[in-house]
Amino acid sequence: MAYAVLVDTKKCMACRGCQVACKDWNRLPAGATKFRGSYTNPPTLEAHTWNHLIFSETDQGRWLFANYACMHCTDAACVNVCPAGAVQRTKNGTVWPDPDKCIGCGLCVQHCPFHVPHLSKTTNKMGKCTGCAERTSQGLRPACVTTCPNGALQYGERNALLQQAKERVQSLREQGFAQANIYGENEMHGLGRIYILTERPAAYGLPENPCYSASAWIWQLARRPLGKLASVGLFSGLVVGFLRWRGDRIQHKGDNTM
Amino acid sequence: MTNHWIDYQHSDVIMAIGVNTAENHPVSMRWIDRARERGAKLISIDPRLTRTAAVADIWLPLRPGTDIALLGGLINYTFENNLWQHEYVVNYTNASYLLAPSYSFADGVFSGLADGAYDRESWQYELDEKGNPLQDLTLQHPRCVFQVMKGHYARYDKDTVCRTVGCSPEDFERVAATFCATGAPGKAGNILYAMGITQSTHGSQNVRATAVLQLLLGNIGIPGGGVNAQRGEANVQGSTDMAMLFHILPGYLNMPQAKAHPTLADYNAKETPASSYWANKPKFLVSLLKAWWGERAAGDNDFCYHWLPKLDGRNRSHIAIFESMARNEIKGMFVWGQNPAVGGPQAELERKALENLDWMVAVDLFETETASFWRRPKVQPADIKTEVFLLPAAASYEKDGSVSNSGRWIQWRHKAIQPPGEARSDLWIADQLYKAICYHYLRGGVFPEPIVGLNWHYGEGEEEPDIEKVALEINGYDTGSGQPLENFTKLSADGSTACGCWIYSGYYNDLQDPPTKRRIRETEGIGTHAGWSYVWPLNRRILYNRCSSDPSGSPWNPELPLVWWEGGQWQMNDVPDFAWKDAPPEKTAGSPFIMLPELQARLFSPGMVDGPFPEHYEPVESPVANVLSPQQNNPVIIWWQGLGKLASSKEFPYIGTTYRVSEHWQSGIMTRNSPWLAEMAPEMFVEISLELGAKLGISNGSEVLVSTPRGEIKAVAYVTRRLKPMAVAGNMVEIVGMPWHWGYRGLFPGDSANVLTPHVGDPNTTIPEYKAFLCNIRRA
Repeated sequence: MAYAVLVDTKKCMACRGCQVACKDWNRLPAGATKFRGSYTNPPTLEAHTWNHLIFSETDQGRWLFANYACMHCTDAACVNVCPAGAVQRTKNGTVWPDPDKCIGCGLCVQHCPFHVPHLSKTTNKMGKCTGCAERTSQGLRPACVTTCPNGALQYGERNALLQQAKERVQSLREQGFAQANIYGENEMHGLGRIYILTERPAAYGLPENPCYSASAWIWQLARRPLGKLASVGLFSGLVVGFLRWRGDRIQHKGDNTM
Repeated sequence: MTNHWIDYQHSDVIMAIGVNTAENHPVSMRWIDRARERGAKLISIDPRLTRTAAVADIWLPLRPGTDIALLGGLINYTFENNLWQHEYVVNYTNASYLLAPSYSFADGVFSGLADGAYDRESWQYELDEKGNPLQDLTLQHPRCVFQVMKGHYARYDKDTVCRTVGCSPEDFERVAATFCATGAPGKAGNILYAMGITQSTHGSQNVRATAVLQLLLGNIGIPGGGVNAQRGEANVQGSTDMAMLFHILPGYLNMPQAKAHPTLADYNAKETPASSYWANKPKFLVSLLKAWWGERAAGDNDFCYHWLPKLDGRNRSHIAIFESMARNEIKGMFVWGQNPAVGGPQAELERKALENLDWMVAVDLFETETASFWRRPKVQPADIKTEVFLLPAAASYEKDGSVSNSGRWIQWRHKAIQPPGEARSDLWIADQLYKAICYHYLRGGVFPEPIVGLNWHYGEGEEEPDIEKVALEINGYDTGSGQPLENFTKLSADGSTACGCWIYSGYYNDLQDPPTKRRIRETEGIGTHAGWSYVWPLNRRILYNRCSSDPSGSPWNPELPLVWWEGGQWQMNDVPDFAWKDAPPEKTAGSPFIMLPELQARLFSPGMVDGPFPEHYEPVESPVANVLSPQQNNPVIIWWQGLGKLASSKEFPYIGTTYRVSEHWQSGIMTRNSPWLAEMAPEMFVEISLELGAKLGISNGSEVLVSTPRGEIKAVAYVTRRLKPMAVAGNMVEIVGMPWHWGYRGLFPGDSANVLTPHVGDPNTTIPEYKAFLCNIRRA
């Protein structure tokens, strides 16, 4: 049964408890950030920042807040492109990265339409939200959801949350938010994060019509025979070596953690 | 707070004025949202589109320092539209009292002003021959409080208010129509406030204005209503209750004055009113003296009253202390969990004043800016003579004790972990200090008796003192048996009881199962959670709760009955706040405010030093002339002796205002040393409008310099749509908003906003005017 996180942006007040709780539970370091004229900070997700709050000002003078993290796509680019099988989709819908298998090639970084995965400069492993699998498997909610003071983040069975989201959107429309909509119902064949929005997704920094590139499909098709060839030591060594080199190149700007 | 956090769920309209509740008290939104799920509305009144304003149903941008203009406008709107709660106002307030003919108000000034202070003689009721106030229950008499007040606020018409506040008539209309509709019986309007209201040269009157509006609308004493001050620190309510201020003793007893109260009899005679619960004040004071001096305090020595320090008539509040220090009048200082080098107004003046000390002891979790003032930027440590001691303190989770929240809930917190290194609990530090001071006093010194004679026995040697002994002393005990007192109704003035803080009495009345440690969730009822911790006074969750029912005892809102008359007796969901025993409704309807001599709420109050009605004045530094009267500023502001430098709007055309953000706490010394918090808000920034950015060529994310006559700071500009130029009295004014969390120490240092703020404060409390001052800004 698929589970999901419901993000009610209309309730979110951007206290950023979710952002800190994620770092706390996952023991992720802080970065040496700068203030760049927005409260969004760190400005993007990083190998050591799996969840952040995006603050967006609209031309109409609204200030919108959206918790942003791995969308746990049903049709996840990272799962499909990973040559090492290091990213898996678990049966409860979590897209879970296995650091032991990750070879640091960076293909997931390149193909994710949400710019979620990042490579760590220190470990050369991909880092992103794990869905707090070690918590949810014990009947706990993810750390970000647990800390949310007013239920802007909820965790539960995806179909039920989707139903709840539809009712909420209906109610918001009745309250005069004509643009109220759900994000994540069908994107990437269904996201593991469902957003309740009152403006277009782009206003919150969410990509409209996310998809991943044709090359990812090609890689996905190519991966199967490659996997068989992997027993041939020389060839697979070459491929993996190439991908590691490529991963190093993809790491731009570095993640200067402290 | 009159009410409490969980009670917000019962509000129909919540007006957050001078408080950024989502940002600085995020958990409040849990209860606000619960109310909103039922259709309640949230109004945010703030100069900026804050995180609260962003999630609110209505946002009204208000020019800093004009809260009374707005609240006065709402009071006038309530009168004009006949929205006041008639039965409530007539029965529960002093609206019907006639004022003495000597009272007057003209040109922004009340009667009795002379030499910068008010003689309050004329702010009185007209009395009958027996000395009782004359009343007109029809509220028609031209000199009754109701009519005088109506006349006073008639000047606060929509146009005048909008021209003063800088808001649009449409926004004003929306706020007024929404909030003032709670004047209907059975509806609950809730006003939240914090430092945006208090930090002003008329801050106390700002608070009064909220109370007056709430009384008119019948919103005091009811579930979902109230005037709710959201305190800025975890235990600031507790520290206020324990009298961490110079003018009071624990439990809000006035500090004795050397001239007026040389003896206990003088104090009791002058400080004890004939009516109201304060008639018991001598019991509270004598029990306090017994707690402090034990067996030495006896009837034949005035219970050691002569050992109690007395005020000499001089102000000893924060600003005054630093002005004294700057004049070299103070030699030593304990700075205990405070950081005035960042948090004090005109911070550079305060930092410089610290140089005059011979010694300073700083007790804190980190080396604060104050503790390291002697090696701050641009000073030579060799030039500073002060000897500084830094004592590492245990944090809240590293020690046992109670924490009092804004709703007066005294909740016990157990120690979770050992403090690191040599850090010690505040109680241990105080205990060791006391023992060391005693050691020296016993070997000589002037007037040692009050010190060495203290009833101080919390632990032996260097062991951790027993905090439960302190708790028992605060709760009060029988001096004969040593057993805890049930509550403050058992206190006496004959020395048979001791009590360290009368309002807390009852919170620790069972040594095996103290109420402050209880955690019983309410499963049915209206969310008062009477079994969860203890709330002062007497575990009463909502103050003035007689007002939750009409004079005949029927609840205004039958869905949410609090204390009501049914079946020939009082039924209760809360501890009644009136003399209810054997008293049917008609006997209690006239006395719902037991702490006031009138026993009824004061729409007109002679208790303030700056006027019986809140009146709008401009902040000390303002770019515009007062539209409401020729009196520009509060006429009784204390002007400190020449140390404050004030700005003119010619050189400093923009309104500066300071605030906090979710990510940081107070002077930032804890949060700027927490990398996870600091990475989210790493640098000092200022917020300006797109229009001001364009005018001055300041682009988003660039460095700027902000200046006032007090100093200059560097910051990063956040050019944002969330601030707008405001049309005020025909001028466009711009606001420069800035958080005040930064200083020169810690992992994420930065310039302090308080370098810019002025050394001027409210005449009642002397709280500094941090929220509205003049500044200039330019590209760095």
